Amino acid sequence: MSNEGRSYTLRIWRQKNRNTPGKLVDYKVTNISPGSSFLEMLDLLNEDLVAKGEEAIAFDNDCREGICGMCSLTINGIPHGPERRTTVCQLHMRKFEDGAVITIEPFRAKPFPIVKDLVVDRSAFDRIIQAGGFISVRTGGVPDANAIAIPKDVADVAMDAAACIGCGACVAACKNSSAMLFTSAKASQLNRLPQGQAEKDRRVLLMISQLDKEGFGSCTNYGECQAVCPKGITLDHIAKMHRDYAVASFKNVFGKVL
Amino acid sequence: MNGILRLLKSSVGKKYLMAITGTILALFVLGHMLGNLQYFFDARWINAYAHHLQHLPYGLLWVVRAVLFTTIVIHIVVGVLLTLHNVQARPGYEVEGTVQASLGSRTMIWTGLVLLAFATFHIFHYTVKNVQDFSSIPEVNYISSVTPEGLPVVETETVITPDGNGIIRPVATPNVQAIMKTGFSVTGYSLFYIFAVGMLMLHLSHGVSSVFQTLGLRNEVWRYKLNCLAWLYAVAVFAGFASIPVSVLIGKL
Repeated sequence: MSNEGRSYTLRIWRQKNRNTPGKLVDYKVTNISPGSSFLEMLDLLNEDLVAKGEEAIAFDNDCREGICGMCSLTINGIPHGPERRTTVCQLHMRKFEDGAVITIEPFRAKPFPIVKDLVVDRSAFDRIIQAGGFISVRTGGVPDANAIAIPKDVADVAMDAAACIGCGACVAACKNSSAMLFTSAKASQLNRLPQGQAEKDRRVLLMISQLDKEGFGSCTNYGECQAVCPKGITLDHIAKMHRDYAVASFKNVFGKVL
Repeated sequence: MNGILRLLKSSVGKKYLMAITGTILALFVLGHMLGNLQYFFDARWINAYAHHLQHLPYGLLWVVRAVLFTTIVIHIVVGVLLTLHNVQARPGYEVEGTVQASLGSRTMIWTGLVLLAFATFHIFHYTVKNVQDFSSIPEVNYISSVTPEGLPVVETETVITPDGNGIIRPVATPNVQAIMKTGFSVTGYSLFYIFAVGMLMLHLSHGVSSVFQTLGLRNEVWRYKLNCLAWLYAVAVFAGFASIPVSVLIGKL
């Protein structure tokens, strides 16, 4: 692989604010190291723009280690770009051929309004968590480690669900803008553990209800979410949530959950 | 009551409805296909089968029709509602990318609408029979069974004639095999039929495995097996249905 600088044509979504219509604007970048990350490439472009007195392109980023869930770019129609199980910050320019045309758009979904350029407001996710993605415990003394025995395989699956960084790629990739992968991971990480049992039924009913209120689409089992998830969350968790929701609804019809 | 309302209003509750009605319809098309395959046996098979269906006791035929009709209405109405909701939720990209969503999964609403159009035509064609004139095809004697010696048993009925005499005569029944053959010998109808069952195949290829996911009866191990199973089911239904018009078209060559 050549380490010489590469050139790209970037078609980047520019939008002033939530209410102004946006459009794709073309930019040329040159002398990009194949070893640089996608965000570093955008940093270089922004430095150029600022030097020329133009406005920098706004995009979300934070840890740049693939664990914070802030970066949210859709590259050539695929959230987080062409490489599987990575966030944009962990995507490198060696994945793009010299001279390629790269289209960069924000994570698009009605419940994720665009704030500016490539930045979207994902607080709908926070409200889903607030609806039921927690456990109620008395805070106080630290409980003994291993006071509650949890089988290893159960802990593993709960940990897989807890790997969700809440980036929103699942919603951005879904052709229905469904947030089922995110919501199911956040419910699953608690529903599978003993600590989460007490509020299990309330949790799924309230989280699904909030998800519908936010205007996310419904899940039609495309599997696009799993394919783009940087943390490899699987459709298993959605199936589990479907099960839990059926049980909770049944109890809610004949008993009283809410 | 609140619980039921909450369930029906939720997106997941609507998907349960899609899965349950979809299961009924998927089983119906399989049964319909297996029944149709009797076309390839002696004519008395499919004619007797059709006669039985038309003469189910206690008005069961209309019960079955009512259940199927209700199921289809729910499947369509809820499916359209969900689709409209999904379209609203997605603003769309300048460049659309698809990583792995199958063709079947992306075209459910369209294959579904084609099937609705086809099913309507199909009922007028072969049940109401006002699309094509089948009146020139004579009715045949209803052969209910075969004796151990291999002789056909012709069912008879007693009819009172206007002058008060009772006469015993064979029960007449439509020659369904001949009607199917006549219907499919019109190339246009046959091609539409084959196209429609092709759409059915695509619809089932996603629908059958989706049922398990929606009802929560699937995991990473079973997912790929169920996807294969769904395709097998879909191809079997397609092959079974399409074999009849194909055989008629080949027979015309």
